[in-house]
Amino acid sequence: MTDFVLQHFNYWVVIFLMMIGMYTVISRGHLLKKVIGLNIFQTSVFILYISIGYIEGGTVPIVAGQVVGNTGDVVYANPLPHVLILTAIVVGVSTTALALALIIRIRDAYGTLEENDILKLDQDSDG
Amino acid sequence: MSYETQLIVVILLPLVVAPVCYVVPSPRVAWLLTLATAMSCFLIAVQLLLAVLDGGGFSYHLGGWAPPVGIEYRLDVFAAFVLLVLTAIFLVCQLYAGSLTGKSGIKEIPLAIAPTFFAATLLCISGLMGIVVTGDVFNLFVFLEIASLATYAMISLGRQRRALTAAFQYLVLGTIGATFFLIGVGLLYAETGTLNMQEMSTLMPELVDRRTTFTGMTFVIIGLALKLAVFPLHLWLPNAYTEAPSVVTALLAGTSTKVAFYALVRMTVSVFGLETIADTPLPLILLIVGALAVIVTSAQAILQVNIKRLLAYSSVAQIGYMVIGVGLLTVEGLTAGFVHLFNHALTKTGLFMAVGIMLLNTVDAKLPSVAGLGRRMPWTSAAVVITAFSLVGIPGTAGFISKWALLDAAMAQEAYFIAGVIVIGSLLACIYLLRLLDVMYFRAPEKVSEHMPDETLTVPFPMITALWVLAIACLWFGLFTEHSLSVAKLAATNIMGVQ
Repeated sequence: MTDFVLQHFNYWVVIFLMMIGMYTVISRGHLLKKVIGLNIFQTSVFILYISIGYIEGGTVPIVAGQVVGNTGDVVYANPLPHVLILTAIVVGVSTTALALALIIRIRDAYGTLEENDILKLDQDSDG
Repeated sequence: MSYETQLIVVILLPLVVAPVCYVVPSPRVAWLLTLATAMSCFLIAVQLLLAVLDGGGFSYHLGGWAPPVGIEYRLDVFAAFVLLVLTAIFLVCQLYAGSLTGKSGIKEIPLAIAPTFFAATLLCISGLMGIVVTGDVFNLFVFLEIASLATYAMISLGRQRRALTAAFQYLVLGTIGATFFLIGVGLLYAETGTLNMQEMSTLMPELVDRRTTFTGMTFVIIGLALKLAVFPLHLWLPNAYTEAPSVVTALLAGTSTKVAFYALVRMTVSVFGLETIADTPLPLILLIVGALAVIVTSAQAILQVNIKRLLAYSSVAQIGYMVIGVGLLTVEGLTAGFVHLFNHALTKTGLFMAVGIMLLNTVDAKLPSVAGLGRRMPWTSAAVVITAFSLVGIPGTAGFISKWALLDAAMAQEAYFIAGVIVIGSLLACIYLLRLLDVMYFRAPEKVSEHMPDETLTVPFPMITALWVLAIACLWFGLFTEHSLSVAKLAATNIMGVQ
């Protein structure tokens, strides 16, 4: 049992971060905290991908000198998940930037970033 | 240009023109550039569809790397069909958007940021078309995010401050959806070792019993369902559609949910495979949420006072019809879903455009504000009647064809409950649209605005042209159905026959 837990250490971390991120997005009323939660949630996925590419005792995936014809001995980590996650990080950064830009405009328009206050202001302008 | 080259050009063209639009000083020039791009994309899409119907699908290998190592863009009948719908709606919406920059000066979007708006629409359509043509699941995620980021920005352009919160809400939910999709892709990659859709689909049958594969499939489907706004995950859609500028709402109603539907069908039917899906509870779940969407959100639409919100709830209900089509898991069901995709894109885009035109002359978007507009805006109102009939499914309009096809497919499967839901949904649609028509034609305006109540209002020429193109298309595809139906049927058999 302990072996099972320890062997999947990375994945426990992933699940832990994922839950923290999701919970923050759902439970916090402050828009900035929601964005932070979203970031933690996305980070957990980055770790998931990198864990998939990891091989025990694997080296960096670079063709070194005379390796050609002798590749059987060299165990290297799968580079593809790393490349994918670089792209996903860029996407995450863009999303965060856009979210922060929206937050600045919301703050200008409403004077608050608390979801409940914003909801109240909207209802007042209806009435 | 060979067809393979055209396949990449249609994606790259808007992507390249977008930054140009952003830097040109004049909104008018930006609009002309966008319109020219939209026109070129549409013509290419027509050619590609004809080529696919003629000689089957083809694929473009990015950077010359052959799949499964490299990324491929793959076009089959279904993809070409959706690509054509997208580019057509985009073209008509850009025509409509011409009024934003014209002398008549419709100030729905401030003139100063109009070039940015056009750049955003180009990025959005580029991302959406990318989703349709790509044959690589990770590439699909990237295009999904390109389209989504542009969409969040466009929604936030709405006049009221509520547009900002609507955009933020969509951003949070949309990012969660996309991240769910990413988790699913990661798990599927861990199992199959490939990102290429075709190779993944051949490996799927052996791996389907594993828990990781099943979890991955679940994540992918939930992520896409969030983007598609399938019933319990639709909470972002009414706010976003209500608060966005009318031209953005019209564009989104005709493209963004349609592409999410495409992605869902592509992943479930063609990547996971029909036999795999049939063993899971997915078809039943799709039928249940589809039926709930039709009944619950149609009922909610009846209760709305804001016209755009009313139509937004109706959109969620229409997504329900399409999802039911997939849930039936037959060629007839999928055909009905695809035809409904096409017809609803025409109908709802037209309806949102018409409402957008009417709202130019009212104080707000509430139902009482449009009282008496039936007489003051005869042409716009006539187009509302046509598109509204099409939405309900009155014979002679496009909406009737797809609802009839869906009813037929449900009866063939002896799913009488589903058939009943479709009929009830149409009756509910009748109620909420008759409310709109009743106010427009038979109520006197509550208060006299700056115009005389009986004066006919002028409508900007590009707007009314775009609207009538769609209204006539609604009638045309209701009377001459062989083209839309046969292509949809071919797409459905094609996508199911691969398995």
